[in-house]
Amino acid sequence: MDATTAPLHWSKTRPPPTLLARIFDNKAVLIIACLLPAVGLLSVFLTYPLGLGIYLAFTDTTIGRRGAFVGFENFEYLLTDPIFWNAVFFSVFYTSIATIGKFGLGLWLALLLNQHMPFKSIIRAIILLPWIVPTVLSAIAFWWMFDPQFSIISYVFVDVLGWRETNINFLGSEWPARFSLIGANIWRGIPFVAISLLAGLQTISPSLYEAALLDGASPWQRFRFITFPMLLPILAIVMTFSIIFTFTDFQLVYAITRGGPVNSTHLLATLAFQRGIPGGELGEGAAIAVSMIPFLVFATLFSYYALARRKWQQGEGND
Amino acid sequence: MSNASTAAPETMQWDSRARRMVVLWLPLSCFLLILLFPFYWMTITAFKPDAELYDFATHNPFWITSPTLQHIRKLLFETAYPSWLMTTMMVSVGATTLSLFASTLGAYAIQRLRFRGSQYVGLAIYLAYLVPPSILFIPLATMVVQLGLFDSPMALVLVYPTFLVPFCTWLLIGYFKSIPYELEECALIDGATRLQILRRITLPLAVPGLISAGIFSFTLSWNEFIYALAFIQSSENKTVPVAILTELVTGDVYQWGALMAGSLMGSLPVAIFYSFFVDYYVSSLTGAVKE
Repeated sequence: MDATTAPLHWSKTRPPPTLLARIFDNKAVLIIACLLPAVGLLSVFLTYPLGLGIYLAFTDTTIGRRGAFVGFENFEYLLTDPIFWNAVFFSVFYTSIATIGKFGLGLWLALLLNQHMPFKSIIRAIILLPWIVPTVLSAIAFWWMFDPQFSIISYVFVDVLGWRETNINFLGSEWPARFSLIGANIWRGIPFVAISLLAGLQTISPSLYEAALLDGASPWQRFRFITFPMLLPILAIVMTFSIIFTFTDFQLVYAITRGGPVNSTHLLATLAFQRGIPGGELGEGAAIAVSMIPFLVFATLFSYYALARRKWQQGEGND
Repeated sequence: MSNASTAAPETMQWDSRARRMVVLWLPLSCFLLILLFPFYWMTITAFKPDAELYDFATHNPFWITSPTLQHIRKLLFETAYPSWLMTTMMVSVGATTLSLFASTLGAYAIQRLRFRGSQYVGLAIYLAYLVPPSILFIPLATMVVQLGLFDSPMALVLVYPTFLVPFCTWLLIGYFKSIPYELEECALIDGATRLQILRRITLPLAVPGLISAGIFSFTLSWNEFIYALAFIQSSENKTVPVAILTELVTGDVYQWGALMAGSLMGSLPVAIFYSFFVDYYVSSLTGAVKE
């Protein structure tokens, strides 16, 4: 059954299976045996590297050379590095705008899907597709759609609708490139937000809406005073997840712009990769990666306390 | 086009068919159009001959007049695509198996064997999910080198559980919670050992949960990018997403036809796999969020 504890008993005089069964029947032994694979894997490949990463951030390790402890040198250097500050700025900007977009559109889509309609399950299945398909592969499709010369978006604007004179150079200059990435990120995030919020919407009892209708509440009032407060706990959880994974995003930017043009679209993750792996400066890369941690802790705590406060408020107000 | 409404009968007068068209079907169609368009564009590009690909003046870009298999042929016979596909498949199956094994036992211990601190172990595993790969890849890369696993798909099989195990454990805890305790208690009274209970009662009842955890793990492994990019160097050991981006992009002239063919064929296995289990997928996703 379990590779880590079984040989221990076999190495002795091969006890009969009944003994083995009896050992596993001991609750404490069984608990340890059951937790060992998961906890072992996570300790070796998650907790240890997390500590190692923080240690590396304080060393000047490069690929192929064990580094020496240099204290805050990496961080001091980064503070003077405009590319790092640009990555900090873009990471925050990318996360804020993409989160607003994803949650605005995702909530709208969830409200649409929550209505009675034919082919509901098929529509839901189709909507999840952007989330299922490997991000890099759909990012490559976006890259092609953002091609400066043959962009289908430019084609529609210039030749079909006649809105513009010339093609848009999506990825060629700073701001268009940033918004192109944000657009692709929103596109990919909508399905997850919509399906999660739909799950939340379905837990709201219809009797609340019936009561509100009898009281003459307008659709906006029903949304404002029933749907939104009831949805808030799930919204907070999904948003924490979304913020964390958008802030630490790597794939989309690496696939579409690789941080360009002129480093304007680097996220902290892509910058850490560029300095750490192809650049060989493991210590500096680790320092960039580690500088994401305070943000993540802040995002997690914020949602935790927001939720706790919410519960407290509900407890005071309603019961 | 049903005119049934979620709202009470009072609203029926103003919730007319025309209104429903504008507030429901029009925005919904826009969403569907935007969400699906990149896939349509990917598919159409994969079958377009180069002549049509770069000539919007004489050809309508939204359609193909003379579809071709040249890009797919190039992908299959002139690149290492089949071996990338094999590697990805092996890594995904390996990481999924390992994660399912570890997280089933872990979730069982946390949810069914109740011990002091089991909640905290559960919370710690849940928090592990919030540690993103982009923080871990540099230290993990140095570990992979030290373990002699650099450039080996085995490194990916060992490392992917770091994000699969927390997710699956979390999902399975929810499933185990839904199985009545009475079933286990009856079996205990009948003299079954705890291992027998796990194997004969709890696990069979948790099969739907195991299937959805398996699907999620498989698609998440197929999707993974940063570890595969950082740990694998030789072309034949690359996974599909990494290989398409790093091996097919050569120089300044992008082979859009082949790139799109590769993206399409890399997406298809997951999409097909997903379509078989879509109900599990949607219900467990919504279930996991409700928890």
